[in-house]
Amino acid sequence: MRERLAEVVEEALKVIAAASSAEAVEEARIRYLGKKGVLTQVLRGMGSLSAAERPVVGKLANESKERLEQALAARSAFLKQEEKAARLAAERIDVTLPGVLPHLGGMHPLTRVRTEIEDIFLGLGYQIVEGPEVELEYYNFEALNFPKDHPARDMQDTFFITDEVLLRTHTSPVQVRTFEKTAPGVPVRIIAPGKVYREDDDATHSPMFNQVEGFAVDTRITLGDLKGTLVHFVREMFGERRMRFRPSFFPFTEPSAEVDISCVICGGDGCRVCSHTGWLEILGAGMIHPRVLEVAGYDAEEVSGFAFGMGIERVAMLKYGIDNIRLFFDNDLRFLNQF
Amino acid sequence: MRVSVNWLKEFVDVPVTTAELADRLTLAGVAVDRIGKPSAGVSGVVTGKVAEVQPHPNADRLLVAMVDIGGETLQIVTGAANFKVGDVVPAAPLGAVLAGGLTIRRAKFRGVESRGMMCAADELGIGDDHEGILILPPDTPVGVDAGPVLGLDDEILELDLTPNRGDCLSVFGVAREAATLLAKPLKREKPAFPELDLRAARMARVDIEDPRLCGRYVARVLVDVRVGPSPLWMRTRLFAAGLRPISNIVDVTNYVMLERGQPQHAFDYDAVHSAHVIVRRARAGETLVSLDGNERALAPDMLLITDPRTVIGIAGVMGGLDSEVTADTKRVLLESAYFDPVSIRRTSRALGLRSEAATRFEKGVDPEGCLTAADRALELMQAIGAGRAAAGAVDVYPEPYAPRTIIVRPERVEEILGLAVPTKTTRDILERLEFAPRISEGRFLVRVPSHRTDISREIDLIEEVARVHGYQQIPDSLPFGETVPGVRTGAQVLESRLKQLLVACGLTEVVTYTFTNRKVFDRLRLPGDSKYRRTVRLRNPLNEEQTEMRTLLYPSLLDVLARNYQRRNTDAALFETGRVYRPRDSALLPEERLRLAAALMGRTPAGWRKRPEPLDFFFLKGVMENLAREIGLGPLVFTAEQNEPSFHPGRTARLRAGETDLGIIGELHPEVLEAYDLPPGVVAAEIDLNLVLAMDKKTPAFVPLPRFPGVERDLALVIGKDIPALEVTALIRRAGGELLRELHLFDVYEGRQIREGFRNLGFSLLFRADDRTLTDEEVGPHLNEIVRVLEDAYGAQLRA
Repeated sequence: MRERLAEVVEEALKVIAAASSAEAVEEARIRYLGKKGVLTQVLRGMGSLSAAERPVVGKLANESKERLEQALAARSAFLKQEEKAARLAAERIDVTLPGVLPHLGGMHPLTRVRTEIEDIFLGLGYQIVEGPEVELEYYNFEALNFPKDHPARDMQDTFFITDEVLLRTHTSPVQVRTFEKTAPGVPVRIIAPGKVYREDDDATHSPMFNQVEGFAVDTRITLGDLKGTLVHFVREMFGERRMRFRPSFFPFTEPSAEVDISCVICGGDGCRVCSHTGWLEILGAGMIHPRVLEVAGYDAEEVSGFAFGMGIERVAMLKYGIDNIRLFFDNDLRFLNQF
Repeated sequence: MRVSVNWLKEFVDVPVTTAELADRLTLAGVAVDRIGKPSAGVSGVVTGKVAEVQPHPNADRLLVAMVDIGGETLQIVTGAANFKVGDVVPAAPLGAVLAGGLTIRRAKFRGVESRGMMCAADELGIGDDHEGILILPPDTPVGVDAGPVLGLDDEILELDLTPNRGDCLSVFGVAREAATLLAKPLKREKPAFPELDLRAARMARVDIEDPRLCGRYVARVLVDVRVGPSPLWMRTRLFAAGLRPISNIVDVTNYVMLERGQPQHAFDYDAVHSAHVIVRRARAGETLVSLDGNERALAPDMLLITDPRTVIGIAGVMGGLDSEVTADTKRVLLESAYFDPVSIRRTSRALGLRSEAATRFEKGVDPEGCLTAADRALELMQAIGAGRAAAGAVDVYPEPYAPRTIIVRPERVEEILGLAVPTKTTRDILERLEFAPRISEGRFLVRVPSHRTDISREIDLIEEVARVHGYQQIPDSLPFGETVPGVRTGAQVLESRLKQLLVACGLTEVVTYTFTNRKVFDRLRLPGDSKYRRTVRLRNPLNEEQTEMRTLLYPSLLDVLARNYQRRNTDAALFETGRVYRPRDSALLPEERLRLAAALMGRTPAGWRKRPEPLDFFFLKGVMENLAREIGLGPLVFTAEQNEPSFHPGRTARLRAGETDLGIIGELHPEVLEAYDLPPGVVAAEIDLNLVLAMDKKTPAFVPLPRFPGVERDLALVIGKDIPALEVTALIRRAGGELLRELHLFDVYEGRQIREGFRNLGFSLLFRADDRTLTDEEVGPHLNEIVRVLEDAYGAQLRA
């Protein structure tokens, strides 16, 4: 009887191990553990055993049954696992296929740069205002200390509408228009972005382009404040780089300065972009000329201010390495899609 | 302005390199763009003496010269014939490099070997003369580097001067600036030359009729004049500065202008009637044939140089042809004057004559320098053998220069700069700049020298102190004190939000020129009386395409589409925000309105799992609806518009929000598309953002989420195709009652199985009550009512 049990268990374990499907496992269970199963049959023969042997064999029989039940469960779990794995394998996708994109358009590079500039100054507590593009000669020149028939007017070739009306050549008229409203109040901190116009058309000049004007008026604004503000701006816009402030001339600022940064292409060693000087001019600035403040109603002894202006195209050209200003207004999709 | 460094060094010692000097000048506001060489790239040229000249054995027009270059004699074949034995010439032996990069190599000309070249001025880059070999002065040493002899060892500072610094439009002026920056003395030697017994004052007379326009007129006289070429050194310097050598007399006037900044004019003394110069305004109808041979009509506000009979020059701008110095001139009357900057500027602009002289006069020359400059010219003329000087000058100077006194307060300097400049430093700077500072009660009293016409008030002097002290000395700081909030305007916030939404909808932003022209309006089929044809016109347009300011935005986008279409970018969805300009009768300035335009052509991009969609009316309409919802504008209303001449009459709508007509959306008229070379089906929209800005924006009000489920039903209707979908949905809403919560058109079909003239509209409806779960039985009657109403109104049938 014991031998028989051992034989049956050994045989059953082989059959279970060979079962390759849930059905085959169930078949094996019925065959060995079912009502008419082989093990069941063997156990039925226990009646013929002696009373001494019966408990021993009985225990053995139960153990055998348990072993087979465990083997069945393990096999069944294994097969389930395998089946799941096979199904997942069959469900594999090619993850390298392109994503299905919701189609996005894009912002013009000039808008991107303008927004970046605006955000830097918003963070410094500047308000953004705009002014008319078709402007009075008075605001564009006269009130900004450009006397009539002065050579300074040659700095800006002007589109005229009439003797009194023109396309503004810079965003600086916004200064005067603002001061007329704010004077004698301080503080004033303003950024004025917008389109400006000059009668000029080549690879680096466009008859229409964009400027950002910035100005601040308060009881004690200094040239040092202007420098510090622009150092902050340049660091935010272009990262850490060398800067220099050169004396210059604008009729509406004094002292005036031009600001250079070390060349973004060569880092200052000299290259074609910086005409081998290592420097790139990026903006003009200065202390607001007392006459400009006075004309607008401020007492220039009591308050002072600074102003600066830069071309957005120029900044964008340097930032993105664009070599022709006309590309901005040509709007070829192959250009626009690069940003 | 181009300044020779060697010339500069005649007036100031420069103990630093040229690069360092350029840096110092630049950082003091006299920007040096670059340092040039008078003749970049020329090397190896030496001086040689012609030892022998033979005709070429095989060529009539060639000569064979033996040229001694010191220890070696070169056989040179040449086509030039302007030299003779004994002449000293620039000789380029084998390996020398000439202007333009030409390297001299051994060559054979008609069988005769040539081992070098004798050079003309243009080959050395020191002139544009190619007429013959450059003959050097006979005392030139032979066999030495020709560089110093020809001025090739010089360096040229190319200055980019700001318009206020007229005082730096001369070698002397730049030297004065350099002397200040280097703290070196400026060398000012008085011109010295012998004078004849003849007195200029007896030979010439000058009358100034309008002293406001001519503040000073100095005339000097040169006799025994021998007109010829000026010496090589002078020609070389003129050429390096960008001026063409003409003759010894004219070259000296130009040389002095470059050196002292004082323009001069040499008249043929004998062509000036009675040797009487009258400076006056032009009279009506007067004309002058100017030096360049053009007859000039003179306007009454122009200042003229005349004699008792006729006009001999336009003051400060250009002389007259009839009184010019010629080869036959025997006596010269030299003019060295101060003219009013504004007058000169107006005249030179009016005549379109931009001369070196006018450029200097309009920036203000030094009235105190007229006489010295005249003396310097005579000194030079006499030194180069051009003539002999009559004694003295005629100097009419009605109101001599009286220096303005300005107060500079040290505390004000600090207030403006943010830096306390030591008193000693300030005084030192002002002294070096020739402002003769005196200290009185803690303030500086300065006197403005006559060459600094740009200085008129304290702030100008604060700038002078700052720029000479160096901007780099000023510490960086940030403004402090009361602050203002950093904010954008409402318009900017709206514009930027709309841009972001449009980009999210797949549109790409463009920026276009705000100009337009009349042809655009024709292309758009706008009638002659269209309001869009009333424009702001430029008086001086750059070209025919940009003659006026635009009154519509979307045509600029059509241009961009057309350009892209031509370049095979055939699918595009573009937008722009920008201004249009409308003239106003009541105001000088036009009205500038902010607008948004979009223009689409082709299809959306296809993907491996995504079918392209047409970029058509409904795409653009959807975009606009998205915008309106996102900015809280409430639902937009689109009504068919058949009368916009630029648009397709059957595919265009006006676009309204509430009562406000915001703009237009539609397919462009086929003829417009044809005129733009665009494919059929291009759509565009344009709305007025000023109107959008002025409208109330709704802040969404929260509605509690439904607590009970609703009942969904679909409705397929066959209905006449001319009945607008908007009317059908409105009717369904009304008939559906308050339980109908959602209504959605999900299908539009016409074609097979649908009767001609009809279409199928598929709606999905959701009924819901707030207080209970609806049953099918409750919904049924509402649905029936909808069907009944639709049948009554339009004869609509449920689709079988």
